[in-house]
Amino acid sequence: METLELTQEEQFQARIDADERIEPKDWMPDAYRKTLIRQISQHAHSELVGMLPEGNWITRAPSLKRKAILLAKVQDEAGHGLYLYSAAETLGASRDQMLADLHSGKAKYSSIFNYPTLSWADIGCVGWLVDGAAILNQVPLCRTSYGPYARAMVRVCKEESFHQRQGFEIMQTLCEGAPEQKAMAQEAFNRWWWPTLMMFGPKDEDSPNTERSMQWRIKRFTNDELRQKFVDMMVPQAEFLGLQVPDKDLHWNEDKKAYDFGEVNWDEFWQVVKGNGLCNHDRLQARVQAHEDGAWVREAALAHARKRAEKAVS
Amino acid sequence: MTQQEWPLWEVFIRSKQGLDHKHVGSLHAADAAMAMQNARDVYTRRLEGVSIWVVESRHIHASNPDDAAAFFDPAADKVYRHPTFFEVPDSIKHM
Repeated sequence: METLELTQEEQFQARIDADERIEPKDWMPDAYRKTLIRQISQHAHSELVGMLPEGNWITRAPSLKRKAILLAKVQDEAGHGLYLYSAAETLGASRDQMLADLHSGKAKYSSIFNYPTLSWADIGCVGWLVDGAAILNQVPLCRTSYGPYARAMVRVCKEESFHQRQGFEIMQTLCEGAPEQKAMAQEAFNRWWWPTLMMFGPKDEDSPNTERSMQWRIKRFTNDELRQKFVDMMVPQAEFLGLQVPDKDLHWNEDKKAYDFGEVNWDEFWQVVKGNGLCNHDRLQARVQAHEDGAWVREAALAHARKRAEKAVS
Repeated sequence: MTQQEWPLWEVFIRSKQGLDHKHVGSLHAADAAMAMQNARDVYTRRLEGVSIWVVESRHIHASNPDDAAAFFDPAADKVYRHPTFFEVPDSIKHM
């Protein structure tokens, strides 16, 4: 029995190595399934909770155009969450259970959403920086080994690039505006730069799951590789906007043709992961309340559907 | 609070006239009408479709991947089903 199991696992790895996609009903190691459920549901939770800091600004967007755009963006985030929950369900996870785990605090979501959005410039930073980092994380996931996850990510990535551009446009408008607007942009940038670098996760040596996820081709790049890419991509954009990157150790390294940059504050990172960030409590409370406030709608819809089905039979 | 999930539905979308409906994903809905509206909101926010099919997931019967080798085997050794199996002289045109 044991040798048979081993053979199956070897066959599975051979399929992965040949860059074949794994589909829902295929045999897969339990740990592969568990890792994916954890990663995909965590990703879905992030989309869901990610609506909160931005939803916060829908009523206060500076113009009707900005309001309509932000509304569409927040709606997209809800859609992304739904694509991802569906992908996780193909692995046997239940939607109710995933939501229950989010609401009880058992499941994690991206720590970035535990930071507050204090000014309109924060909405610019969320789109430009946070979605920019998300895109870097997500583009390689379009080729991840699990088919339904990869297909969901293709749709997410298509939509995400509008998000980043709208954020950049907000920042550009502020940076080209009055000195007060420029200062607002710089102040928001100062607060978001480091937390965005944390979005790529702990350093490679502190990320125990990375190696196996790479072997299974769930992940295609390490956390540090993506973080470096992000810095190299964003510094010229910040320069274009005339924004000062809040990192005194940042400088171009001609030998490696990339930027050297300072150390992320990992104490802060772990504090926020553990639930002690500025907004952890508020975010979770808002999510739970939205879910509970909607309970009667879910029950009524189900009762209505049942009643109609019974009528159709009789 | 009830732990009763809405049923799962599979969504198929025709992206434009002349093309097949293609599976795009799934969603939860209490009934077909709601599944249709949710499918529109979740999967066609950018004009991705001109027609939607929804079907409750429990009605789909799927082949078993473990049996795929034996199941699809009858097609494997009949290369003569492909036109390239036959050699046609160079001088023959329009074939």
